[in-house]
Amino acid sequence: MSADQQRNADIRRLAEARATEPGALLPILHAIQDEIGYVPESAIGIVADVLNLSRAEVHGVVTFYHFFRSHPVGQHTLYLCRAEACQSMGARALEAHARKRLGVDFHETTADGRFTLEPVYCLGNCACSPAVMVDETVYGRVTPERFDEIVG
Amino acid sequence: MASQKIYVPSDTTARSLGADSVAAAIEAEAKKRGTPVEIVRNGSRGLYWLEPLVEVEIAGVRHAYGPVATADVAGLFAANFLAGGKHALALGPTEKIDYLAKQTRLTFARVGVIDPLSLDDYRAQGGLSGLANALKMTGEQIVATVTESGLRGRGGAAFPTGIKWKTVLGAQAEQKYVVCNADEGDSGTFADRMIMESDPYVLIEGMTIAGLAVGATRGFVYVRCEYPQAIATMRAAIERATAAGFLGDRIQGGERGFKLEVREAAGAYICGEETSLLESLEGKRGMVRYRPPLPAIKGLFGKPTALNNVLSFASVPIVLDKGAAFYKNYGVGRSRGTITIQLAGNVKRGGLIEVPFGPPLREILYDFGGGTATGRPIRAVQAGGPLGAYVHPSQFDIAFDYEQFAAAGAMVGHGGLVVFDDTVDMGEQARFAMEFCAVESCGKCTPCRIGAVRGVEVIDRIRSGVNEAANLALLKELCDTMVVGSLCALGGMAPFPVLSVMKHFPEDLRSSSVSNGGVAAERRA
Repeated sequence: MSADQQRNADIRRLAEARATEPGALLPILHAIQDEIGYVPESAIGIVADVLNLSRAEVHGVVTFYHFFRSHPVGQHTLYLCRAEACQSMGARALEAHARKRLGVDFHETTADGRFTLEPVYCLGNCACSPAVMVDETVYGRVTPERFDEIVG
Repeated sequence: MASQKIYVPSDTTARSLGADSVAAAIEAEAKKRGTPVEIVRNGSRGLYWLEPLVEVEIAGVRHAYGPVATADVAGLFAANFLAGGKHALALGPTEKIDYLAKQTRLTFARVGVIDPLSLDDYRAQGGLSGLANALKMTGEQIVATVTESGLRGRGGAAFPTGIKWKTVLGAQAEQKYVVCNADEGDSGTFADRMIMESDPYVLIEGMTIAGLAVGATRGFVYVRCEYPQAIATMRAAIERATAAGFLGDRIQGGERGFKLEVREAAGAYICGEETSLLESLEGKRGMVRYRPPLPAIKGLFGKPTALNNVLSFASVPIVLDKGAAFYKNYGVGRSRGTITIQLAGNVKRGGLIEVPFGPPLREILYDFGGGTATGRPIRAVQAGGPLGAYVHPSQFDIAFDYEQFAAAGAMVGHGGLVVFDDTVDMGEQARFAMEFCAVESCGKCTPCRIGAVRGVEVIDRIRSGVNEAANLALLKELCDTMVVGSLCALGGMAPFPVLSVMKHFPEDLRSSSVSNGGVAAERRA
């Protein structure tokens, strides 16, 4: 079995395991992204087939939600909060620093493949702004210096 | 010698400031000294400027030290903090810390006190008494109690919870649902996250009571994916509650059942809007539905659904435990009970403040908050999230009460306050409100989908001095169109911060303020 075939088999397995749950599409997409890192194009047809939906319906859901992505990403995802509480504590300057330090814009991956930079609107860490999250670890009161340590 | 209890918070904010390494350092230091200690990872008390806040239990009283860095740990042991020894970080008995002592913690009674996943702790601290009472009541009686308590939806819309439940109870269907909106997307809010991370069983208990009240046997907690820890804690809590028989086919061994499940959202702010949330739970794009029908009549999968915010459900157990009169006794006017204010942004002492409705905004900002973190004057406070107005210092005497806030053109919303100092460029904040709406619009209705994009463009023209007067008039008209013409609160309220900037901070919107580097830059200089 080729790597692609193996991946498609994995996707089908993940989809079938949840197919009977009510409103199964989001849980299935989460499971796929958790395992593969993103929702590959081939998943659209497989999931549509398993759930008896049209490809358009599945595509529509994948593209509606900011969290789901259709392309491979870096080793880690760095979510930088752009919302008001963080703005009040220098998030705009931190954002400029992050772009410069990583050499990427939002939704892009660093040349060494380590980080994908994503905007996020609130991490619920608003009393200790500004905040960033790397994968599932949240950091508070992030100064440019602390940012460099985090990505260092 | 029995080992001594040391509490090191495990909530997201505490951990974002290094609580995990502090816990590890305490463990290592205790081992090195041969001192037996038991480290309990409690939730956070919400005194966030003091996190990581380490507590030691001495003769049944918890004493606080904070904010503790790993480098402080050896010094704390040297100062004999386990016996309450003097140290620069010593704060005395936790409950006597002014910020906490001045609060009335009803919904948050156990938050930061207990080990979040310990059912024994939960029971020992009054948990499950509300459910025990509810199990002896009919659905009508539970609904009547909640109605009588005066509890209004804490998500932001402030609709009376009991009345909503009455509609669901009265609807005829073979299947009904209870759905919790835990898609806490407003910047400046974290109370839902705190409940889920620090006292998950209170939410489970509240939702179970709701199930008994309306006749629903199945529930969903829709949690935003930006809260991985809340999701993990809720899932673990549901598993334990089910194993312990307080959830499942037979609640507490009785005849009635209630099953609960966590569903992870996928980063769309609009899914905090209830009909969009239901679409998302059904596995669709989070497009807002037309109303009527109300979700109470035709909600999840077309069935009657009791849909409430985390804080609304989490306030129900104490109402059922202590009675409607107990809860109603707190508060002012038509705002009964307590409000959980989340003080955030540029503030010296940020955190969670649960108080009866009624204190003036000024008291929260200065007596609790201590002014800005930067030490500069407060220029504006955004109340109620990204769709809330920017409140001007001349309005700081309004009291925390749904009606008083509304009369001042502001909103209590979910209780979030974001403080800005005088270096803020309010023109930039107005622009952001429109930009955010453009990013997060579901796209169903035109005023929101197109209006937000045009709003950004018009503000950019004003700020670059293009037909300033005419564009200001256009911006006002555009805001009016969005307010009256949008399908839901996103497009309908995104103009509120913009309008508040036009009214209270017009100087920041003018091109002259941008061309000379901005009024904000002048103040910074």
